[in-house]
Amino acid sequence: MAFATGTRESYQQELAAIRQAGLFKEERYIRSPQGADIEVEFPAGAAGKKVINLCANNYLGLSSHPEVVEAARRGLDARGYGMSSVRFICGTQDIHRQLENKLTEFLGTEDTLLFPSCMDANAGVFEAVLTDQDVMIADRLVHASIVDGMRLCKAATDTYKHSDMKHLEQKLQEHQDKQRRLIITDGVFSMDGDLARLDEIVALAEKYDAMVFVDESHASGFIGKTGRGTHEHCGVMGKVDIVTTTLGKALGGASGGCVSGRRELVELCRQRARPYLFSNTVAPVIVSGAIKVLELISGTTERRDKLEWNTKYWREGLLKIGLDIKAGDSPIVPVMLYNAKLAQDVARDLYAEGIYVVGFFFPVVAKGQARIRTQLSAAHDRSHLDLGLAAFAKVGAKYGILGLGKNEIIEKYGT
Amino acid sequence: MDERKQTILDYVVNEYLEEDDDRVIGPDTPLITGGIVDSFSMVSLKRFLEKKYGIQIPDADASPEAFDTVNRIDALVERFIKS
Repeated sequence: MAFATGTRESYQQELAAIRQAGLFKEERYIRSPQGADIEVEFPAGAAGKKVINLCANNYLGLSSHPEVVEAARRGLDARGYGMSSVRFICGTQDIHRQLENKLTEFLGTEDTLLFPSCMDANAGVFEAVLTDQDVMIADRLVHASIVDGMRLCKAATDTYKHSDMKHLEQKLQEHQDKQRRLIITDGVFSMDGDLARLDEIVALAEKYDAMVFVDESHASGFIGKTGRGTHEHCGVMGKVDIVTTTLGKALGGASGGCVSGRRELVELCRQRARPYLFSNTVAPVIVSGAIKVLELISGTTERRDKLEWNTKYWREGLLKIGLDIKAGDSPIVPVMLYNAKLAQDVARDLYAEGIYVVGFFFPVVAKGQARIRTQLSAAHDRSHLDLGLAAFAKVGAKYGILGLGKNEIIEKYGT
Repeated sequence: MDERKQTILDYVVNEYLEEDDDRVIGPDTPLITGGIVDSFSMVSLKRFLEKKYGIQIPDADASPEAFDTVNRIDALVERFIKS
């Protein structure tokens, strides 16, 4: 037996250390479809509790939309359940290419390649398009999947201070001796909800002969006037060389991701990107649902407009209550609590009030930056938001944090 | 603290701390294991040292361990200035 007693004990110690550090993650079982109102079983075995969901990436409220569900069902009937093959052997259906073409059109790029997830897209793209003669220069707050993808790539690495254009320029100057430079950023940063300064990044890229990569996972479908993303918001559609994004958030919320951008770069991913080459792609049922999602949001901006209204109402409401939030325009609205235990306690009390949110703390965010990340959805009605605001006001009063700023909260609770 | 250590420390503070970051860094503060310097941007620090002190630090010697504190970085620089 390879899993000897000593081996088992060593793993038990590792798990105990995670628990002791207060970093042990537990899943909560949801007994209903994803939506603004969900039924949650927590802890496991407890009776189901109806709560308002304020922590999903279901930005456009399409995760359980009847037309998407119906399209997925029709796709299941027409194209079957699985492909039992990677794409380049016998795992590509006509609908995979149809979805790729629709994504290309939606994102305003030259070509698109589907991946099993955006995590996989980010894991594969850098290694496929860069060599050891090149350099990747990343914002210091990019998503963990980008960090992993950069680790797998032989190109040199460097970073710039979060959204600091002066620092980025300095780095571009330093790396002029490299064959190619790739600037790497999130479009919307997932923990703070702020947007990349893509117009300035593109201008610097043009000045210093660099390419631009943007992960649009928290932007595709709703950022920009017609929801195309951060590049639309910043007026640089067609000027971003690589976009990666997910079908697992606003665009139906199931799974799947893509690399979209310059034709040659996408083609190199098709030839070399390992998560594409060695894994099945998105299942036909999900492809069918995603095609419907793109049809729904290409014809009207109604859902992203409602999300924008909800975001504004929620942000103003939290400020009126006296909570400390990160400023911005995106539907990611972090309520800052700075102290990890306070974030957990407030989240637990909000759950008791029927509001489902989660506390985030180190290592997910920097030490002393603990928070509750709230996320809006077009599925929320004003009544959901009013109930949410009332709960935040009640729990905030209990902990005496209403009207307090960063230093006062830290003074009261520490970091 | 001698001048070279102060120069390295000033570079680390300017290069790696955000403006609103009020952490105090000393010669023995863990930089990489302490989450101040990410391993991706160690390249900047290495280039700075090579340029400033006219040395070449082979990649094999530019390990996260050797770059973890200002004192260790200073010792590394000292080694390559002498060699």
